[in-house]
Amino acid sequence: MRIPCPYCGSRDAHEFAYLGDATLTRPDPAASDAAEAFHAYAYLRENPEGAHREYWYHANGCRRWLVVTRNTRTHEILGVAFARPSTDEVPA
Amino acid sequence: MTRLSTGGLIDRSRTLSFTFDGVAYTGHPGDTLASALLANGVRLVGRSFKYHRPRGIFTCGSEEPNALVELRTGARKEPNTRATTVELFDGLVAQSQNRWPSLEHDALSVNQWLTPFLGAGFYYKTFMWPASFWEKVYEPTIRRAAGLGAASELVDPDTYEKAFAFCDVLVIGSGATGLAAALAAARSGARVILADEDFRLGGRLLTENVAIDGAPARDFVARAEAELSSLPNVRLMPRTTVFGAYDGSEYACVERVSDHVAVPAAFQPRQRLWRIIAKRAILATGAFDRPIVFPGNDRPGVMTAQALATYAQRFGVGAGANAAVFTNNDAGVAAALAAANAGLTLEAVIDVRDALPSPLAAKAKALGVRVITGGEVIATKGKRLSAITVRTKSGTQTLAVEALGISGGATPNLNLTCHLGGKPVYREDIAAFVPGAVPPGMSCAGAVAGQFSLSDCLNAGTEQGAAAAADAGFARAAAPAPKAEETPTGIRAFWQVKAKGDLAFVDLQNDVSAKDVGIAHKEGFRAVELLKRYTTMGMATDQGKNSNMAGLALMAELTGQGIAATGTTVFRPPYTPVALGVLAGHHREKDFRPTRPTPTHAWAEGQGAVFVETGFWLRAAYFPKPGEKDWLESVNREVKATRESVGVIDVSTFGKIDLQGPDVGTFLDRVYINMFSTLQVGKARYGVMLREDGLVMDDGTTARLADTHYVMTTTTANAGKVFQHLEFCLQVLWPELDVQLASISEQWAQIAVSGPRSREVLAKLVDGHDVSNAGLPFMGVAQTTVLGGIEARIFRLSFSGELGYEIAVPARQGERLMETIMEAGRPFGITPYGTETLGVLRIEKGHVSGSELNGQTTARDLGLGRMASTKKDYIGRVLSQRPAFQDPARPIFVGFKPVDKAQRLRAGAHLLTVGAQATTHNDEGYVTSVAYSPTLGHFIGLGFLKRGLERIGEQVRAYDPVRGSDILVEVCSPAFVDPEGEKQRV
Repeated sequence: MRIPCPYCGSRDAHEFAYLGDATLTRPDPAASDAAEAFHAYAYLRENPEGAHREYWYHANGCRRWLVVTRNTRTHEILGVAFARPSTDEVPA
Repeated sequence: MTRLSTGGLIDRSRTLSFTFDGVAYTGHPGDTLASALLANGVRLVGRSFKYHRPRGIFTCGSEEPNALVELRTGARKEPNTRATTVELFDGLVAQSQNRWPSLEHDALSVNQWLTPFLGAGFYYKTFMWPASFWEKVYEPTIRRAAGLGAASELVDPDTYEKAFAFCDVLVIGSGATGLAAALAAARSGARVILADEDFRLGGRLLTENVAIDGAPARDFVARAEAELSSLPNVRLMPRTTVFGAYDGSEYACVERVSDHVAVPAAFQPRQRLWRIIAKRAILATGAFDRPIVFPGNDRPGVMTAQALATYAQRFGVGAGANAAVFTNNDAGVAAALAAANAGLTLEAVIDVRDALPSPLAAKAKALGVRVITGGEVIATKGKRLSAITVRTKSGTQTLAVEALGISGGATPNLNLTCHLGGKPVYREDIAAFVPGAVPPGMSCAGAVAGQFSLSDCLNAGTEQGAAAAADAGFARAAAPAPKAEETPTGIRAFWQVKAKGDLAFVDLQNDVSAKDVGIAHKEGFRAVELLKRYTTMGMATDQGKNSNMAGLALMAELTGQGIAATGTTVFRPPYTPVALGVLAGHHREKDFRPTRPTPTHAWAEGQGAVFVETGFWLRAAYFPKPGEKDWLESVNREVKATRESVGVIDVSTFGKIDLQGPDVGTFLDRVYINMFSTLQVGKARYGVMLREDGLVMDDGTTARLADTHYVMTTTTANAGKVFQHLEFCLQVLWPELDVQLASISEQWAQIAVSGPRSREVLAKLVDGHDVSNAGLPFMGVAQTTVLGGIEARIFRLSFSGELGYEIAVPARQGERLMETIMEAGRPFGITPYGTETLGVLRIEKGHVSGSELNGQTTARDLGLGRMASTKKDYIGRVLSQRPAFQDPARPIFVGFKPVDKAQRLRAGAHLLTVGAQATTHNDEGYVTSVAYSPTLGHFIGLGFLKRGLERIGEQVRAYDPVRGSDILVEVCSPAFVDPEGEKQRV
């Protein structure tokens, strides 16, 4: 599998470390339901068929965390973006 | 000798010597082992898997089910190698397999008489009782009887490589279609890779008596190869099998770089694993000639008609002194005529059909070949084929032949189209499965797509090659497709001769007969996937390339549901067997694994250190002195010296992360359980980091060098993991924080000097910095210079529990610093120590390390719960507070000492209440770290025990059945030495 890193270009998937679901947001630790929310955040995962947003880390490259949109049925990469968008990421 | 007098793409001017089962033979360059064996009249080459029936060479390619040999000897011995794909080289040594005492007289051929008991599912039915017999009697016996070759148990002396390649168009297969496709794509300027598993390009064109553009097909092959070789945008890859299609238009291939020579040339690998990333791929893998099922269809001498023709045309070999062909299709007849054309004595063509198409009938007549229409072969004779019995409407007749070519039709070689889930589709009109959905970017052309006529192949190849290049952004070249005559492709679907007699084999490699398919049907294993597993049809090295079609056709007939509804089993990578060595490539032993020496490595070598691998790092484990009888004696000396005077160790391997920016304090507060924003400049603090699930991830000290500048240390093992985690926190969780990270693990050498005399040593190193207790207090940090101007960071930290300092200097100064420390410490008997003593010192002190930070422990479990700040949120805080983690019965960190001080404790021992049975239910904890404490004079241990803190002084059982130890220990505080921590503060 290849991942088109927005900084480094198309690279073999072995260069990246996988983390998983990028649709999750770290819950508010001060909320009254924080215990349940963090339980869901740490353990509960959807297993969607089709397009899925997930975190990949370009460990053997630019060290950027990426949000990769991948079709879980076909492994087609539908989109890749920096997890922290910034205008100065790509050298001119 | 059955070498034909002329012809063949072999170099008759040169002779190669080889041996088979110890007998010397010769062949020529251009031969395969199979063609050379046949040329020498060797027709019996192996014994079958189950029944030990004599078997010969059945095909001329990688789909070979029978002719598996042990190739080479010694460390290079390769079992189960297909003689049909082995390129002959001088000095080749091959042995037959699965026979004893000899191929000619195999004792286990008696299995043939047991045939009635060895049918489908015999494992499950026969060897059931008594159960204890399975492991001791049945399995070893069956394995011995049904063995294939034996692997060499020596280390492989050859090397293997991995490589990547990128192209616009990958063409898989170099027959008529593949050559046409490669030419069309290459002429447009696209980067083309043409791969073929054979050592010679041309595929079936090397076998056929056809004309292309008015010249013999072989001339077309030579012209195409010359043109492609001349183009800089083309890479020809013969001897390269594309064995798998993967996501992202990636194709895995094995290039057999040196399989065709006795020993690889200097610096050449044996094989190379390629990963080819292709914008487009054209599958031009052609089709297999499939067998027909009839009694005795496995005798040496019976082979596919295509193989018969190939041996005659390409290798100039007659597979026997004379031959017949049995077929149901035009290509089978054409193959027979091609063989006859090459000089093979062809006794008859037997066709199940009532008439041949007139062009073929005319050609047969011109060659004087006898054609028996409406005929079937119903029996064969001979240990090596000597005769066949043919049945027609008018009766039966016997033909004395040494070879029989059989052709049941073409089976498109579509394995690669299925690797990403595509399902083949059955076409009644050609009696064959053709590709269904194909992997993205792949297209199929020629015989693999059911286009069997030569002109169709050339047209499809040209068209698809140009289209693929256009897809990749290149303008179409205007060259027309090569012109060839229309070759007939008629077929009458025909799978099995209905006749009684000998076994009629469906799968030669696994000895599965038509009868076994019947048993599977009768017993309900009717779905193709069940049929495969119950009968083993389609397993092993050939993966049913010959047998699947007939097997599922037979099942379809039994169930009456038709072939299309029966479907095929799933083809998965690899297409042909791939050696594990090439998948491993250079990743064996130390190859391609960096060795990370510490900055003081050379010095430690000079001191006679014994090294240990920790990850990629090589660290000194201990420094033996002459006369010391074992490591323990050395370690005891090192520990005592450090506790009584001063010791020194390189701790550069700890992860070091530089953090800068206005928000570093806030950031550290969120990743550590304790506070760092309040840390004073010039101070260090021990910190614990959790995972979001509340378990401890790592620990270490972090120092504040300036208001917006911190430096963190991590454990050696987790340096990479922590860095990745911090990047995640910054880039994903809190992008608003202004913090920059850099790994500086390799930029700084760090040396720990520990012991009561360490301050006196340090004083001699610094360039005037005040190192008194007031000038550099416990947990203080000094940024200064040492050794006359070398930048240094001095941290007053203590892992050993003694007064101690860690001195960091730029890595290249590490060795000089170490030598100067040794010189400065000489009056105090300064003693270098390694990881062993480091471990003893920390265990005596009750400090946690990797064995305790094992991914299952919380800060509370480790006795560090009180460090957790209640004034802020941090990663893991919420989930660390869940009830299960607060359970007072959770095993908690304590120390242990043996009740009988002479006894040895073992890490990994489980803890049991005295008198309790050793069951999982009664398990109360475990020992994580042990050491012999020279300070106390007995073994000590650390670990986790349920309600441990309430049980100080209690005796428990440390039970270690793995190493056979079961001793009484007393629960105690983990701090065995200086529990108040006074020594480090003086």
